[in-house]
Amino acid sequence: MNKIIKLNVGPQHPSTHGVLRLITELDGEKILSVEPVVGYLHRGMEKLAENRSYLQYLPMVDRVDYLGSFFTSYAYCNAVEKLLFVEVPKRAEYIRMLCMELNRIASHLLWLGTFMLDLGASSPLFYCFRDREVILSLFEELTGQRMMYNYFVFGGVRHDVSDDWLCKVSSFIANLPKSISDYEKIITENPIFLDRTLNKGILKPQTALQFSVTGPNLRASGVEVDYRKVMPYSVYGDVDFVISESNRCDSYARYLVRIQEMKTSLDIVKQAVLYLKNNSDNYLTKINSLNLKIPEGEYTSYVESSRGLLNCYIKSDGSPKPYRVKWRTGSYYSVQVLPELVKGLNYNDLIAVFGSLDVIMPEVDR
Amino acid sequence: MNYLYFLYIQFLLNHNIPKIFGDITFPFIPFCIVAAMIIFVVLVLVLLERKVLALFTQRKGPNRVGPWGMFQTIADAIKLLCKQNIDILGSDKFLFNIAPIVVFVPVMMLWGIIPYSSEFVFMNFSVSVLLYISIAALPVIGIILSGYASNSKYSLIGAMRSGAQIISYELPIMFVLLSIVALSSSMNLKDIVYSQLGEGAILCWHVFPCIVGFIIIFICMLAELNRCPFDLPEAESELVAGYNTEYSGMRFALFFLAEYALMFIMAAFLATLFWGGYLPITGKYISEIFFSDNQFLPVFIYFEQFFWLMIKTFILVFLFMLVRATLPRLGTQSLMKLSWYLLLPLSMINFIVIIIFKYFIEGGVL
Repeated sequence: MNKIIKLNVGPQHPSTHGVLRLITELDGEKILSVEPVVGYLHRGMEKLAENRSYLQYLPMVDRVDYLGSFFTSYAYCNAVEKLLFVEVPKRAEYIRMLCMELNRIASHLLWLGTFMLDLGASSPLFYCFRDREVILSLFEELTGQRMMYNYFVFGGVRHDVSDDWLCKVSSFIANLPKSISDYEKIITENPIFLDRTLNKGILKPQTALQFSVTGPNLRASGVEVDYRKVMPYSVYGDVDFVISESNRCDSYARYLVRIQEMKTSLDIVKQAVLYLKNNSDNYLTKINSLNLKIPEGEYTSYVESSRGLLNCYIKSDGSPKPYRVKWRTGSYYSVQVLPELVKGLNYNDLIAVFGSLDVIMPEVDR
Repeated sequence: MNYLYFLYIQFLLNHNIPKIFGDITFPFIPFCIVAAMIIFVVLVLVLLERKVLALFTQRKGPNRVGPWGMFQTIADAIKLLCKQNIDILGSDKFLFNIAPIVVFVPVMMLWGIIPYSSEFVFMNFSVSVLLYISIAALPVIGIILSGYASNSKYSLIGAMRSGAQIISYELPIMFVLLSIVALSSSMNLKDIVYSQLGEGAILCWHVFPCIVGFIIIFICMLAELNRCPFDLPEAESELVAGYNTEYSGMRFALFFLAEYALMFIMAAFLATLFWGGYLPITGKYISEIFFSDNQFLPVFIYFEQFFWLMIKTFILVFLFMLVRATLPRLGTQSLMKLSWYLLLPLSMINFIVIIIFKYFIEGGVL
C-alpha cells in the first residue's frame, strides 16, 4: 500500500504569501520532499523594460517588491545614474537612505506579523500593522502614495523633505522602541514560539552560501555579510551602525536578526534625520529625464534590501530604451533553499519555516 | 424539572386538557428550550468573540449591522443558510452529509445535562459526569467522518490530527473529573454543586483544593474544542480550514454552531464542577434580600441561579478568548508530548493528592 501522500500546497492557499505552489510529499505528517513551483505571479518586469524608455520604466520598478518599493527604486535609479555618470547630491542620498531604512522597518514589521500568523497567533499581525501604518502615513505625506512611491528619480529625489515631516519621523522613531520591546515581551520568551522555532529549519552557513541566500537569512546563519557595511552604497559609509548577526541558524535566529535589524534601522534613521535637519543642500541634480541619452555600457547596482541582496543590471546600447534589465532579488533564493530546510520536519513546520524566510512572491517572479 | 412539570400540568388542567397529553408533550419542551438557547447563545458568542478579539488587537470589530454590530452574526447566519451546498466530486455523499449532524447532535445532548438552576436540569442522571464524558467523546467521530468523506487531503490530515488530539486529551480530563467525583462523593452534577455549598461561599468551591486539576482541565478543554493554541485540526496556515475545508452553506454552519455550542457548554460544565455552578458568588441569593416576602421567591431564585451560572460561564468563555488572542499554535509533536508527558501524570498525581486531602480533612475515603 502506498503510504505517501502527495499534497499540493498552493498556489491558492491562505498562507503561501501569494501564489507559491509547493509540491509536498508526506509520510503521515513527516515531510519527505518539497518542490517549490514559482512563476504564478510573473508579470514580465524585465521584458517590459525593453519596450519602454528609462523614465517610463521608473514607476514600474516599485512593483518588483511591493513591500520594499524604495529598495528597487533605488537600485534602478542608482544603475541609471552610474551609467550616466551623474553625481547625486548628498542630501538626496540621505533622504533616500532615510526612506529605505523606514521601508526596511515597515517590511520587517509586516514580516513579523505574518510570521506570527503562520505560527497561529493572530494578534501580533494587528499590532505590527498599527506601527507599519504610521510609516505608511509618513510615506504618504512625503510621496503621495502609500505603497508604490515613485519618489526617487534619476539624480535625486522628486522633492525635498520638510522640517515638519522630519519632526514626525523623529517622534515615530522615539515611539517605536517601546512597541518593539512589547512584541519581544509576548514573542521572544513565549514557550510555544520557542518550541516552534528553535532548531527548526536549520540553514547551515555552507548551504546558505551554496544557494546564494542573502540578507537577514544569511546573517542568521552566522555569515556576517551586509552590503551596507561591506560595500557601502549611498551614504551608508557615513553613518554608524552595527550588523545584526546570529549563529543559531534556525527560524528563531532569523526572528532575532530581523528584530535587531529594526533597531539598527532606527539608529540609521536617527542619524539621517539629524543630518537632514542640520544641512541644507540641493536635493536633485537636474537632468533631462525625458530625453535621456545614456551612453553604451552596463552596470549592476546592488542594494541590501529587507529580503537580501537586490541587484539591478542594466545594459544600454545607446538607444532611449534599455537593451536589457535584469533583477536579482533575495526572495528567489530563499524559496530555492526551502526544501533543504524542511526535509524531515513535521508538516506543520513547513509554513512556519517558510514564513521565517520572509518571501514575497512578486519579488520572486517579477 | 419537577417544578416546571408541575406548572405545565397545572396549566393544561386549567384549560381542560387531559394529563396524558401533557405527559407526552412535556419532553419536547426542554428540547425546544435547548435548541433555542443554542442558537441564541452561539449568536451572542460569535459576536462576543469577534468583539473581544477586536478589543485585544485594537480594532473595532463588527460595527455596521445594527447598533454595536449586534445583528452582524444574525446576518452571517442568514447568509450561511442561503448559501449553496456544494457537493464534492468523489466524496462519500452519505457520510459527507451526515458528518455535521454527528458532530452537532452530541453537543446538543450535552446541553441537557448541565444544571442551569436547581430545578432546571433536563437530564438529571445519577451519573451525569460519566454521561458527559461519554457524549463529549462522540463529536470526534463526526469530525473523522467529515475528513474521510470529503475526498480532500487537507480535510483528512485535519481529521486525523483532531482524532489523535481529542483521544490524548480525554485521559487527563477523566482523571480530573475523578478527583472532583471523589471530592463531592457523587457523579450527579446537582450533588456536585451542592457539595460546594457552605459557610465559606467562594472558599467552598472545588477549584481551591483542586487548582492543579482546574488548570489541567482548562488546557484539555481548549484541546477538545480545537481552539487556539490547540487549533491544529483547523490550522488555517497549513490545512486551509482543516476537516471542514470542503463544507459550505448549512453543513458548514452546523460545524460552526457545534464548535461554539461546545465551547459554551464546556465552560458551563467547568463552572459547575469547579466554580460552584449556579451557586451565588455572594454566598447569599440577592433575591432573598429584595423579595423575601414575595410568594414567587423560588422562581426568582431559579432565575438568579441561572444568572450566576451564566456569569461564571462567560468569564470562562472570556478566558478561552483571551488565550486565543495571546498564544501561537503548538507543534504537532509538542501537542502530544504536553498531554502524555505532562498533563496525564500531573492529573494522576492530582487525583492521589485529592483523595489524601479528602481522607484527612473529612475523616473517611469517599
